[in-house]
Amino acid sequence: MKSSVIIFPGSNCDRDMDVALKKFGFENQMVWHNDAEIPKSDLIILPGGFSYGDYLRCGSIAGKSKIIKSVIKFANSGGLVLGICNGFQILTETGLLPGILQQNKYLNFICKNVFVKIKNKENKYFKKIKKEVLELHIAHNEGNYFCSSDELKSIEDNGQIAVTYCDQAGNDDEKNNPNGALKNIAGIFNKDKNILGMMPHPERMIDPFLSGEDGSLFFENLIESL
Amino acid sequence: MKIKVIVTLKNGVLDPQGKAIQQTLNGMTFDNVSEVRQGKYFDIEINENDEQKAKSQVEDMCKKLLANLVIEDYKIL
Repeated sequence: MKSSVIIFPGSNCDRDMDVALKKFGFENQMVWHNDAEIPKSDLIILPGGFSYGDYLRCGSIAGKSKIIKSVIKFANSGGLVLGICNGFQILTETGLLPGILQQNKYLNFICKNVFVKIKNKENKYFKKIKKEVLELHIAHNEGNYFCSSDELKSIEDNGQIAVTYCDQAGNDDEKNNPNGALKNIAGIFNKDKNILGMMPHPERMIDPFLSGEDGSLFFENLIESL
Repeated sequence: MKIKVIVTLKNGVLDPQGKAIQQTLNGMTFDNVSEVRQGKYFDIEINENDEQKAKSQVEDMCKKLLANLVIEDYKIL
């Protein structure tokens, strides 16, 4: 299985992602933002970081970069596109995913482990994961998901909510909402479920000694489902 | 010619920075400040002599990049 990680100036989770993908059997390649074409891939990843210094709005400049046209083309033809953290912000700025990630409600940069509840397993990203709740890491200043009420209804009706912030038992209520995100949303799909954007970093949870391995479950499922 | 654009958050959209600024102003004895909303201002130098054309181009820029219409409104001055 071939994957491509796009590197923007300011990306900083690209190499962690590369390590994670290779560990679970992907043949990964790194693609520079100023390239026009993406080599043949089964999966494209927009990694975390601060693309273009987060200028204007997080992800907005990357959302108009040279490589992004190929990403949009790939996504619209049904290809799997995964955006983590800044990658999620880029996906909303391109319009591939609805809504926007606003500044965290309490103005603080959040860097900690959280629990997320898997809300929909009818897709390649979570299909074979046996757990309902995963422990993953978040590190962001703009993770406060927002969209209009009409859009929210459409997202809910189409099963587009992928993961929500919760406690260890899976309670995804306001008490377990770290950043003010609407409905505790930590990640969403597009309608066809081939595009996933999420704030938590599975690539940071793949080592049994350093972090715990709930991120491994994510990558193991991904390579099996593809 | 120069075109000026202001981008502001839509009514009802949470503005934590504005809120922090308001609270700071209150703490600085400006206690009659009841709300602050923060926005962005752009000065765009555009090589175009026809004002209507320039403004319509800037409008396109606002829709495509300068503002995110999910949460922001724009005003061309």
